[in-house]
Parts: sequence; C-alpha cells; structure tokens
Amino acid sequence: MSSTPDLNIERDVGNFHYDTSYEFDAGTGLNEQTIDYIADVKGEDDWVREFRKKALKIFRDKPVPTHWASKDLENIDYDKIRYYLSKGQRPSRTWDEVPDDVKNTFERLGIPEKERAYLAGVEAQFDSEASYSNMKEELSKQGVIFVGSTEGLREYPEIFRKWFGKVIPIGDNKFSALNSAVFSGGSFIYVPPGVKVKQPLQAYFRINAENFGQFERTLIIADEGSEVTYMEGCTAPQFETSTLHSAVVELVALKGAKLQYITVQNWSANVFNLVTKRGMAMDDAEIKWIDCNIGSRLTMKYPGVVMRGPGARGEVLSIALAHDGQHQDTGAKMIHAADNTSSNIISKSISIGQGRSTYRGIVNMPRSLKSCKNNTECDALLINSNSRTDTYPAITVRGNQSTVQHEASVSKVSAEQIFYMMQRGIPEDEAMSLAVNGFVNDLIREFPMEYSVELKRLIDLEMEGSVG
Amino acid sequence: MMITSEPTTTDNPSLEDPRVFQQHQDNLGIDVPWLTSAKQSAWSRYLELPSPLRTDEKWRFANLNRIREMGDFRPVPGTTPEVPGIVERSRRFNEVSGRLVLADEALAAAVELDPDLRKQGVIFTTLADAIVQHPDLVQRYFMQQTPELGSEKFEALHVALLRNGTFLYVPDDVEIDRPFVSYNWSCRDGGALFPHTLFITGRNARASLIEFQEAATEETRHLVVANAHLYAGDGARPVHTIVQNWNLNTLSFQLNTNNAQEETVTKSTLINLGSIQARQEIHGKIFGSGSNVEMYALNVPRGRQEFDQRTLQSHIAPRSRSDLLFKNALMESSRSIFSGLIIVEEDAQQTDAYQTNNNLMLSDKAEANSLPGLEIKANDVKCSHGATTGRIDESEIFYFLARGIPRSKAQELMVFGYFEEIVQKLDNAELAEYIRERLVHKFTD
Repeated sequence: MSSTPDLNIERDVGNFHYDTSYEFDAGTGLNEQTIDYIADVKGEDDWVREFRKKALKIFRDKPVPTHWASKDLENIDYDKIRYYLSKGQRPSRTWDEVPDDVKNTFERLGIPEKERAYLAGVEAQFDSEASYSNMKEELSKQGVIFVGSTEGLREYPEIFRKWFGKVIPIGDNKFSALNSAVFSGGSFIYVPPGVKVKQPLQAYFRINAENFGQFERTLIIADEGSEVTYMEGCTAPQFETSTLHSAVVELVALKGAKLQYITVQNWSANVFNLVTKRGMAMDDAEIKWIDCNIGSRLTMKYPGVVMRGPGARGEVLSIALAHDGQHQDTGAKMIHAADNTSSNIISKSISIGQGRSTYRGIVNMPRSLKSCKNNTECDALLINSNSRTDTYPAITVRGNQSTVQHEASVSKVSAEQIFYMMQRGIPEDEAMSLAVNGFVNDLIREFPMEYSVELKRLIDLEMEGSVG
Repeated sequence: MMITSEPTTTDNPSLEDPRVFQQHQDNLGIDVPWLTSAKQSAWSRYLELPSPLRTDEKWRFANLNRIREMGDFRPVPGTTPEVPGIVERSRRFNEVSGRLVLADEALAAAVELDPDLRKQGVIFTTLADAIVQHPDLVQRYFMQQTPELGSEKFEALHVALLRNGTFLYVPDDVEIDRPFVSYNWSCRDGGALFPHTLFITGRNARASLIEFQEAATEETRHLVVANAHLYAGDGARPVHTIVQNWNLNTLSFQLNTNNAQEETVTKSTLINLGSIQARQEIHGKIFGSGSNVEMYALNVPRGRQEFDQRTLQSHIAPRSRSDLLFKNALMESSRSIFSGLIIVEEDAQQTDAYQTNNNLMLSDKAEANSLPGLEIKANDVKCSHGATTGRIDESEIFYFLARGIPRSKAQELMVFGYFEEIVQKLDNAELAEYIRERLVHKFTD
C-alpha cells in the first residue's frame, strides 16, 4: 500500500533553463540599498520608495508565523536570495522584439501560441520584470488598461495609488510586507464601467535564475458593472537550492462588477510559494477565485474576499494536489462586512505518498449583519497509507440573522471501486486516475475549458504509479 | 446570604502571594511522599510557565482579561464552612449508588455508598481519603494523562493546590445501574477551588458518575480549576456527566481526559449553565481498538457568559470510533468558542471519527466562534466534521403559527427540541428531567 509514485512528468515541461544575461541585478541579500537600487532602476516616485522602506521595517519586525504555520518556513534564508534581476524595465509589445534567450523560454512553454488561440491579452514576466505585454487593440479602444505594475505606477498613478495597498495593507502578514518592500512585476488592470472583457487576460510568471525571489504585485480594478477574467500560470526550473515566490494580489470589484481570478500553480518542487491574495467586493459585486495548486515545496495561500457592499458575493474554488515532499497549505478567507452578502468555499485536496495538504479558512461575520450566508465544503482524499491531511477552519458569527455551514470529510479511494473497474478490464493505474478525477470533477468543470483539459491531464500524470 | 472569608487574610494568602504554596503544604494534612513531590514540581512549573497570550492558537478568540486577574483569589482553607442547607440541597435524586458532598472541598456529610457495592470492592470516597487509604491505586492513575490543550499553567496550579475531590473505582466485571452522585459546592467569597475527580472502571465494568458543580449563594466570587479523568479498562462502559452550574461570579476551568482501552463504550457529557467564564478542555484518548468514545456538551450561555471549549479526539489505536456533538444556544451578549480537533495517528487505520458543533443564535448580540479541525495521518479512515451557525428556521416557525401556536411558544418548543438531542443521551431519567427543568429555568428567568 505504501509504494510512492515518483513520476512528475508534467512538471518537467517547465524544468529547463537557458543561460541569460541580466542588465540589472540588485545582488544577494536584502537591505535599504537593495530597495534604493530597485527604486532607482525603475525611476520610482519618492512615495513608492518610502512605501518600500516602511514595508522593509515591518517585514523585519514581524516574526515568522511558525506558531500556526509550517516550521519549514524557518528554512528560508533571506540573505541568500537575489531580489531583483532584469534585462530592462520596459516590456516589448511584439514577440519579435523580445530578446532571444527569453523568447525561447516562452515559446517552449507555448505562451505565444496560446495567445493567438484564445487570449485577449498576455503579459509574460521573466524573473523581476515583464518582458512582453500586449493586449488586443479593441480593448485599448474601450479604455481597458493591462500593463505590468512598473508601467502602471509610472503611467497611471492616479488610478493605481487609490487602491494600491488598500485591500492588503503592508503589515497584513510577514510576506505581504516583504512583497511591499521589493515588489516588481505583476499586472495592473483597469476595466472601465460597463466593459465586459469576453476573453481572459493572461499573465505568465517565469522564474529563471537560481536563488531568485519573485515578488510580483498585481492590482485589478473592475469598475462598475464591468466583467473580467484573469488567469495566471507559472513555472520555474528545478534547482537544488530553494526559490522564493511571494506575490501580493489585490482585486477591487466596484458596484455590480464581476471579477474572476484563475491560478494554475505549477512551480517546481524547490519553490516556497507564500502568496497573499484578497479582493474587495462592493455593492452587488462578485469576486471568484479559482485556485489550483499542483507544484511548489510549500504553498501558503488563502485567497479572500472582503464583502464591503450589500449584496456582494465571494467564492473560492480550490484544488490542491500534494505529492511527496510537498505541503499545500491553502484555504480561503471570507469577511462579511455588509448585509445580504454571501460566500461559498469549495476545497478539494488530494494527498499522494507523503504529501500533506492543509485547509485553513476564516469565515467572519463580526457585526450583527442581516441575511449573510456562507457555505464551506472541504473534502480530502488520501491515496497512500502515509499521506496526510489537515483541516483548520475558524468561523465567527455574531447575531441571529445569518447562517453558516461548514462540512469537511476525509476519505480514500475504496478498494471496491478499484476492484469494480479492474473487473471490467480497466488497468489499476487508470482506475485510480478515474476515481481521483471523479473526486475533483465537479470542481474542474468550473474552470475555463482550456484549463480544465490541461488540469485533467495533469492529474492523470500525477497519479501515474501511485497505486501500490 | 453572604459568606465572608474566614479565617483572616494573614493565614490565608492569595494566589499572587509567594507564601501561598508553603501555606497550602503546611495545612494540607496529607503526608504522602509521591503527592508532596508531585505538588512541589507542579508549583515550580506553574511559576515557570508563561500566561497565555491571544496570539497563542490554543487561546484564539478567548477573553484573557479575567484570567490575568485571578491573582486575588485565595485557596479555600480545608475546613467545612458554615452553610446551612447544603446537605439537604444535595439530595437531588432518589435512585443512587452513592453520594458525596463537598463544601469548599471539605466533606459536608458522611459519604454514602451502597453496602453491597462496597462488598464487591467498589471504592467511592473523597480523593483525600483515597490518597490515604489506597495510595497505590490513586498513584497509578493520578495525573497520568492530561488534556494538553493550552491550560498547562492552570493544570500545574491545580496539582500544586488541590486538596480534595471525588474518587470512584469500579472493579472488573462489576456492573452498576444506579449513578454515583457527587456535589461540589463553592461557598466562601473569593475562594479558589481545585477539585479533582478520578473515575476508574475496570475490565468489563459499568458505572455512571454525575457531578454537580454549584455555588451556595449567587453573590460570592470564585475561581475553580477542576480536573476530571476517566479511565475505561477493556470492555468497560463508563458514563460521566458534569453539570456545571457555578454562580455567575465564577471563573471556572475544567480540564478533562477520557482514556479508553479496548472495546469500551465511553460516554462523557458536559452541561454548562453557570460561570461568567468557563474554559473547558476535553481530550478523548483512544488507546485500544474496538472502542466507541462519545463526547457531548450542551451549553446555554446568557448575559455576558463566555464558554470556551477545546476538544481533542486522539485515535492512537486502529478500528475505534469517536463521536463528538457540542451544541450551543446563545442568548443576549454571550460568547462561545468551540475549537475541536480530531487526530488520527499513522497506525489508527479504519478509524471512524465525527465531530459536530451547532450554534443556535438567539440574540443579535451573541457571538459564536467555531474552529473544527482535523489532522489525519492514516488513509483508511472515515472522518468528518460539521459546524453550523444559524437561527431558528422561520419556515418551521410558520408551521407552528399556521396551527395557532403563538410565536413565543413556538420558539420555546424549537429551542427545547434543539436541546433534546443531548438530553436524551443522558441515559438517566432523573437526570434528564432535572436538566430539562434547569434549562426552562435559565430560559424563563
């Protein structure tokens, strides 16, 4: 029963590395000079530099949260990380202008091809900065802005500054403070009132250098009545040493807007993925996080929605797959701050071999609000006898006008199920894959088609050889 | 009626007075070396351990102000207080196997025990008496298990300053229908009590222990740090119920373990009515296979009461079952915290473990916090937890109204229906009826 699968075929798609020369390198380690270097090469205003320095202080003052989180966090050596690496701060608008060593990487990952096939806009980040950023012309004409955060700060400070750091304050946690100190890259998106962006906008994050820390900062503002879907993907080559990825993503959905954020996280197994993601939904607005975690060594990510306006809605749909040596510590935070707000969390995790998956959640209805609802379901599937899963929700409700329900279950693939399928000539491996796909199927259907096909294939491959 | 503290302040130091432990040792009157050394090391541990902090996961959402201010309570002196009527008020049931009444931890009347049971080797007495009469038996179980759920500092204080409690030992193969009943009364104003219960059932033994925790009057202030440990031998079927009804000026702790060997049916229930703030830690430890461990609670906070309950179901052996159901009905500005965890260890395959917390919100100001957790390290298990927080279903009220039942009566019926799920698990008609009365009293007062 305890033989452990050892195939990681799909992860190998991103496991390659071309030698790259960088024009800009902030060196190793983190201090005030690192921040001055980043602010200088980006040509940032003083307020941004001050913001970064304030964040550095908060980062240093905050303890590593090992009183509740994994002790593995203590293995991050902040002095050995390179905090800024780039070829330049201005992305190309066409793939032809992208330097060959970078372009080869993205071509091998199939990004230009996907852009042609079904995307409305693409931003491709290589280490610290976007090397490519383009959006369909008709969207620009409608006033949609889709640029990197460096460009967003420079070109659209009046919109950017209004919301920047407002959904996730610097001191939200140690890693949001770190990101606020050294952020670079990520997307800035603004969708004007009433504009419905039909095809998704996509960002692709690539870590290329060893001992590198990627700290992208994304801010998406969907103005009144607008709609937008954003997808992010990511890969990194497998290095011996650990890599740190610590993003901050802030979403703002103004009155009646619909914002959907899709992540397929497939970092290599040496990446610490410590991400803070939160959205603010105003009156009747809807924010939906679809989150899929397959890669990384340790992921800590709890996408949240603060429902600020009456009738706002928040949703988190999450799939996590934890393999040997991986800890997927994921979950959701739903903060109800207005009447008639509703939220839904569905989380499914699969632990394979000695993999560990954790659900951590917060549902908070702190004031005596009217007619708020939350529904939470978390289901865990354990494949091997030494697999592990944990569930740690925290639910606070005040007053007698709201309802909350939380359910969690833990199960394994039953021997009868496998036996039944084998009886009908389906090989054991395939039977296992079918059972696992059945477990996550209703969630995968929520993903856009292109992603759900890819996800299904990913799960098939991850399951290969896991029956023992 | 108010019972003022006597003897005087000088010979009865408060908890923050450095002389408190020495004073306690000097007048304890029990000279058993293992106990003395256990108390001494517990006192040093109490002094060393830090006070809980809000950032500590095990104290998340807890109100620590009252706990920080417990230094001015004084351990009770060990003499029986002059409180008329206590013994009469301790005759709640007719059908009992034994009765024990403690007032401020001192025996208020002779211990009653069915003589037939005494002949069969049943021991039912005060802990102080058991330590002297059966030192080896007490030592074999005393503080062998602890809840480990956050109150280690207060547990150390409990061991250091405990002087009495309830001891029930039921030998192998003895089966007893009628319950053993013990009453713990808090009497002197400002008194700190540390009652300790040991309930041991041998192989295939069956027995029921009911503990009533009461205050002689409503006005006195108290600190209570109680412990209760239940040991179920192979095939044993113990039932343990605590009715916590300290007065509303009491800060109480209840730190319990339920320890189950093979093939047991172990049941423990907490009914919480009293205390301004009650912190309770209950750890069910399942060491044997084929056991069924049930843990229930019914909590009815009102006014500014806070009930803070932390539970753990530890599955160490394979093929056992545990079921936890904690129900709260919150009135006025009361608060509840339920933090539950199921741990299934690597070897505990084929575990069935369930955990449910229901919160019925009866006021716009009440607050319920629920932290239902799972840590599963084995794969062949059936585990689930559920937590719901809500109000009385309006459509069900409508059903009553349509039949001419007024709204207030309909609500009352719904709430008592909600309680009944736990009350019916009590297995004892006299106790169930008593609890129903207390609930009505608490609701209509």
